[in-house]
Amino acid sequence: MFPIILLLLPVVSALVLLALPSSISKKVAMGGSILSLFAVLFTLNTLRIDAASANLVFNKIWLSSLGSNLSFSIDGITMVLLLLTNILLPLIILSTFNREINKPKAYFTMMLLMQSALLGVFMATDGLVFYIFWELALIPIYFICLFWGGEGRQRITFKFFIYTLLGSLFMLVALIILYQHTLNHSFAINDLYAAGKSMTMEQQAWVFWFFFLAFAIKMPVFPFHTWQPDTYTNAPTQGTMLLSGIMLKMGTYGLIRWLLPMVPAAVSAYSNTVIILSVISVVYASCIAIVQTNFKRLIAYSSIAHVGLICAGIFSYKAEGIQGALVQMFAHGINVVGLFFVCDVIQRNAGTDTISNLGGIRTVNQRFAFWFLIIMLGSIALPLTNSFVGEFLLLNGIYQYNAWYAAIGGLSVILGAVYMLRSYQSMMLGNTSSNTLTFASLKKSETLFFSVIVIIIMVCGVYPKLILDIAALDVLKMIVH
Amino acid sequence: MNEIIIVAGLGILTLLAEIFNFKKILMPVIIAGLVVALVVAVLELQGSYFNTTFDASVLGMLDFDRFATCFVVLLTTIALLWVLINYNYFVDESNKADHLALILFAIVGGYCMVSYSNFVMLFLGIEILSIPMYVLAGSKKNSLRSNEASLKYFLMGSFATGILLFGIALLYGSVGSFDVYIIRAKTTSADFVMTPMFTVGIIMLLSAMSFKASSAPFHFWAPDVYSGSPTSVTSFMATFVKTSAIAAFLRLFYTALPFVPETFSRIFLILIIASLFIGNIIAVFQINAKRLLAYSSISHVGFMLIAVLFFADPRGIQALYFYVAAYSITTLAAFMVVKIVGEQSDGDENIFAFNGLVKRNPLLAGTLTIALLSMAGIPPLSGFFAKYNMLFIALNHGYFWLVIIAILASLVGVYYYFKIIIAMFTGVSSSSVPIKITLTQKVLLLILTLLIIGMGLNGYVLEMI
Repeated sequence: MFPIILLLLPVVSALVLLALPSSISKKVAMGGSILSLFAVLFTLNTLRIDAASANLVFNKIWLSSLGSNLSFSIDGITMVLLLLTNILLPLIILSTFNREINKPKAYFTMMLLMQSALLGVFMATDGLVFYIFWELALIPIYFICLFWGGEGRQRITFKFFIYTLLGSLFMLVALIILYQHTLNHSFAINDLYAAGKSMTMEQQAWVFWFFFLAFAIKMPVFPFHTWQPDTYTNAPTQGTMLLSGIMLKMGTYGLIRWLLPMVPAAVSAYSNTVIILSVISVVYASCIAIVQTNFKRLIAYSSIAHVGLICAGIFSYKAEGIQGALVQMFAHGINVVGLFFVCDVIQRNAGTDTISNLGGIRTVNQRFAFWFLIIMLGSIALPLTNSFVGEFLLLNGIYQYNAWYAAIGGLSVILGAVYMLRSYQSMMLGNTSSNTLTFASLKKSETLFFSVIVIIIMVCGVYPKLILDIAALDVLKMIVH
Repeated sequence: MNEIIIVAGLGILTLLAEIFNFKKILMPVIIAGLVVALVVAVLELQGSYFNTTFDASVLGMLDFDRFATCFVVLLTTIALLWVLINYNYFVDESNKADHLALILFAIVGGYCMVSYSNFVMLFLGIEILSIPMYVLAGSKKNSLRSNEASLKYFLMGSFATGILLFGIALLYGSVGSFDVYIIRAKTTSADFVMTPMFTVGIIMLLSAMSFKASSAPFHFWAPDVYSGSPTSVTSFMATFVKTSAIAAFLRLFYTALPFVPETFSRIFLILIIASLFIGNIIAVFQINAKRLLAYSSISHVGFMLIAVLFFADPRGIQALYFYVAAYSITTLAAFMVVKIVGEQSDGDENIFAFNGLVKRNPLLAGTLTIALLSMAGIPPLSGFFAKYNMLFIALNHGYFWLVIIAILASLVGVYYYFKIIIAMFTGVSSSSVPIKITLTQKVLLLILTLLIIGMGLNGYVLEMI
């Protein structure tokens, strides 16, 4: 029962929001998303008490002639992502407080629909349903970027759309191929797993690359990343947060749930290639991030680097790697949303996010510098922050696969420190510039936002068991199979 | 069969309206008549209630089997929606009775095309449908482009009809019958030899039917006729006429010549690939919304022909039926918006006319967005399920490369559909006057939107046939 409640809550809040006047849209959206957060916490509690509870599964006959049923289920791996989505959504909505939003009704409706679609992606256990939610998630974010985005958005959002659509269409072909190999003609995930295993090596290879294309574009991994920096830079802050905080995880989640167990022979044959690609994207994106002059763009590239490491960890196919990937997905979601909000605050107060035009913000606004410092340290994986745990486990997994890859992938930590510390230094320290002289003190909503993010960073860093335990059993189960 | 009688009766009544001067109540009567026809068709579909009076097979000329009845239901639905949407087309024109009668007779022609069991009826059906269309294409009498469309359509159409007749004659020459079931029995018997006469006949039939369905490379008339005709007529051509043509095309193989698609698969593949690419790629360069939709409809025919080629697949006919239904409803919605927007900008249907539509009327913009997303095949809209089925069937028969081509072609399609969407959402409109629409139009737009969303999510239409 829980899956359908989680799915429908955002839709219902969107409908309520549409019915009420636009002056209170923000609050309604906020209320709806907090309700969803409570729902997911309640689900988490159920999962802890009884992982086999019937309430965690939803199954309804749907298009029987297509072999597809509306089936959703929640296990530990899914739970991490659900938690991330529903924690981030209230934060993302909070980030619009004290900001003027054009057409707030439509904006928040889109966000809530996006939330519903994302939850659907993470919970679906039916191939066609998964595909539908996967595409569905694209529509609201496309319109968010198109309608509320910056200069030149038509071209950029279009590139983004075509890119991701290309990938997902190939995924659709892979799903159909798998379906045709199922014995009882069904899209149920377990039947697809069985079908995938029964296929010849060549067929598995096709399915593997088709799936990988979709996921790699979504994450994105080198060389499919070209849509990402422009889109992140151009999208409105909340759009960027949705894209980087949650939507990116669709790709990595897809790898864990839909690719690795689906075609094991192809995975073991090609994981080397994929890890090499991922490691390339770690180093490549980090190097580009170092030379970025625009802070938002810098974060965009850092995101590619982080996700590259996650991808490599997943393909190491070790318990540590996948656990690390899950922790890091969670941590990266929190950190990157924090960073983009930092960028938003700077942009609003200083009127620019070009690094060289800023400086000395710390002398004007010490508190802000403090929040930024912690979020930045979180993102460069300092011990006792959340992503340290993730990166450590990831590198451990990759090391078990191949020590060299781990050594090169480990550069991400060092290079990450380089670009983050450098940008911090030139934006926050030094002499104030004309842009930063009038840097206003933080609003209440902004302080609230930062304190929530920082608390999560610290708590997950000091006591990572909170996240690790959720998925531990399911990851082990997956590795053993 | 009952539907033919009802609608033909309505047509005659409409002609009489001119003489006895009861034009005022004509539209309600016609709408009621179409509703009755729809109800009758649905009842027939569910349990053949009326077959006591009329044999399902009419003198060996028409055969109202499940295939035909399903398509009759679809055609009647399209016709009814079309009449409701284009209510003002008849109110505005001075001679509405003639036009209405022509439309009603065209509907009868469509019925014949989906239910023929004799090639004579195929020919008659096509003619009954086409001749009113030639006239209606030119119904904007003062417009040069409308006249051009009419003449072009007439010349090209009658030429194609000639080829069709020639094909039927050659077929008759080699088999010795017009009856589809006799032809089927003879051509599938063991001692049947495919003579050159038969082959040429088949190729002529295929060409003529491709022309009627406006599949590339027989598509040249479509853009000019679509853009020249009044928008209402264009939307009838793009939905009703296309549905009838594709159904007749499929029925040809379903009843008479089941082995032809496989034997002539190369011709079909050429038709499919040409339609997919020519339709999609040329549409990219269009700036007139009607021409753009014309080319997009050519590309949709490419998809539909996949199901015609693999009609023997257990899902083939289902898939085609669903595709045609989804496509027609979507196209009706799209043309409805194009028509309203066109009227606002003095008959100018350029893409620029859609600039900033979301600010002028969000409902229109929303409906058109949903319709275009559906045409682009974005889930969970019905267009996605339609395309999904086609890809599925092609993969089922091992045509992997065809699937890849179809995917690439539909990616190109996304480009031009989004051109309109982008214009609606980010374009700067030359006039900021809100577009007013009537309550009926609002309700219709909502119904169409719900149909586009619901048809795919609810498996009913898919499993109907």
